[in-house]
Amino acid sequence: MLETRDLSAVYGEVKALDGVSLNVSRGEILGLIGPNGAGKSTLIRVISGVLNASKGKVLLDGQDITSYTPNQRALRVAVVPQARQLGGAFTVEQTVLLGRTPYLGMMGKASSRDKEIVHWAMAQTEVEDLAARRLAEISGGEQQRVLLARALAQKTNVLLLDEPTNHLDLGYQVSLLTLLRELVEEQDLAVIMALHDLNQVAGYADRVALLVKGNLAAVGSPDQVLTCDNLESAYHTPIEVLDHPRSGKPFIVPQCPE
Amino acid sequence: MLKRPYLLTLCLLVLAFVLSVALGAVFIPPGTALRIAANRFLSLEFTETWPGYFETILVEIRLPHAILVTLTGAALAGSGATYQGLFRNPLADPYLIGVASGAGLGAVFFMALPWMGQFLIPAGAFLGALGTVIIVYSLARVGKMVPLTTLILAGVAVGSFTTAMTSFLMLRSNRQLQHALSFLLGGSPVAGWDPVRIALPYSAVGFGLLLLTGHSLNVLQFGEEQAQQLGLPVERVKFFIIIASSLTAAAAVSFSGVIGFIGLIVPHLVRMLWGGDYRQLIPLSMIGGGCTLLAADMLARVILAPQSLPVGIVTALFGAPFFLWILRRAKQEVFW
Repeated sequence: MLETRDLSAVYGEVKALDGVSLNVSRGEILGLIGPNGAGKSTLIRVISGVLNASKGKVLLDGQDITSYTPNQRALRVAVVPQARQLGGAFTVEQTVLLGRTPYLGMMGKASSRDKEIVHWAMAQTEVEDLAARRLAEISGGEQQRVLLARALAQKTNVLLLDEPTNHLDLGYQVSLLTLLRELVEEQDLAVIMALHDLNQVAGYADRVALLVKGNLAAVGSPDQVLTCDNLESAYHTPIEVLDHPRSGKPFIVPQCPE
Repeated sequence: MLKRPYLLTLCLLVLAFVLSVALGAVFIPPGTALRIAANRFLSLEFTETWPGYFETILVEIRLPHAILVTLTGAALAGSGATYQGLFRNPLADPYLIGVASGAGLGAVFFMALPWMGQFLIPAGAFLGALGTVIIVYSLARVGKMVPLTTLILAGVAVGSFTTAMTSFLMLRSNRQLQHALSFLLGGSPVAGWDPVRIALPYSAVGFGLLLLTGHSLNVLQFGEEQAQQLGLPVERVKFFIIIASSLTAAAAVSFSGVIGFIGLIVPHLVRMLWGGDYRQLIPLSMIGGGCTLLAADMLARVILAPQSLPVGIVTALFGAPFFLWILRRAKQEVFW
């Protein structure tokens, strides 16, 4: 459903992505991992259509992503950005309502159906209690869940998430990932999620793509990608990959000095 | 009352308007003023218990003046709110970012042309405003952001330059531009209904366009990238917003001169009281702007009565300290 073909992107002279070919189908979470500056965020920006590819293309339902208008794109692809510098004067509810933008007219008048969806989205990410609070007054983790609710309110088939668990405590990290898992099954979403925590990727992603310096170093099932060799050469640090005692999935432990 | 923002601001506006019509060298009691207006415009027949010149003062001087002041205040505050949303910067104000001076230059330039009719002066102001906002915006832009400091610095630099150009123009051609001086200080150059007739169509169009920008501005508050991901055609929308706000600011300048700080103070107060939803912020700022400028105008007429100060001096006296206060608060980014 979503496919990148030989995708490259540059920032000025610097090559941020170099010939990345990937695909993700509905009902699947593709985990995106790689060291800082590997091109994870860049990939998400290109797929969401805000950064133009210098070479190659992104196909969404077989059609080039740049051939859609911003509104058509927003009906199909929603992005959960990293929470920072949010317009603090808005309330949580107003923010989530902006996820309905592609469905609203110029004046932004919300129908009762829009409001229903907004409340559904807020309930999903457990921010309903915060509905009337201003963004500046809530924590980074709460803002992150508000942004997820905003993306859910877009009701798209494709969801792109840029390190969504960054500001969350352990409990909310697990509940966010579990919620995503449920949504993927229930609504047949296609999800691309950049994550730093390799064990979360192992636990929640169906497939994993490892980016290193803009190149696709490996892609496949967690078992195939999360190997000692792959990770050590990507992160330049000794890493131990064990079998998770309960799930049998890869369990990654960086080696500590003894 | 705070829960009914429109009711509150509209009541204040009506109050300020009635007071503005009543106050002056000759005091016309508000009740009498209402009856005169009712007789004149609604064809009612209250018995005339007032001297005849009351009607002349009211209808020929005070009413058109108050209407003009209201429109100006609304235009300044409405465009100020819009610029603030567009630049995502609480200090954007048509005066501070140089747009008002640019509009002044355009207006004076058109006044200096002998074959220009009065009706075209706003068009000159619009061109001046538009040129200035584009120059200031490109100068102030750092990457994707328009930081506070560069915006104000670029505004001051471009504003000083256009003001200097304006002075130069005025000194060069001393004929028709006598009234341009008082005009630039924020005193209306002409009295009576003529300026109102010119002002109305321009401001009506400007207000209409501004009211359309609220939702887009809301989406833009999350940055251009997120706005695009939420489905907003960002470049087109920004262009529309710049046209709308510059048209409105120019309308204000061309019928009332360069008046500072209204576009800064009013949206800020509205935002503090009722939050940052631009669909509500813009209309409330317009109403509040009319009201605030009426108040400033009354002060201007009263302080040195019977002489009247240019209203721009009053707004600067109160506005500059307020500006500094916002500057301090803006660092905490509570409302942004």
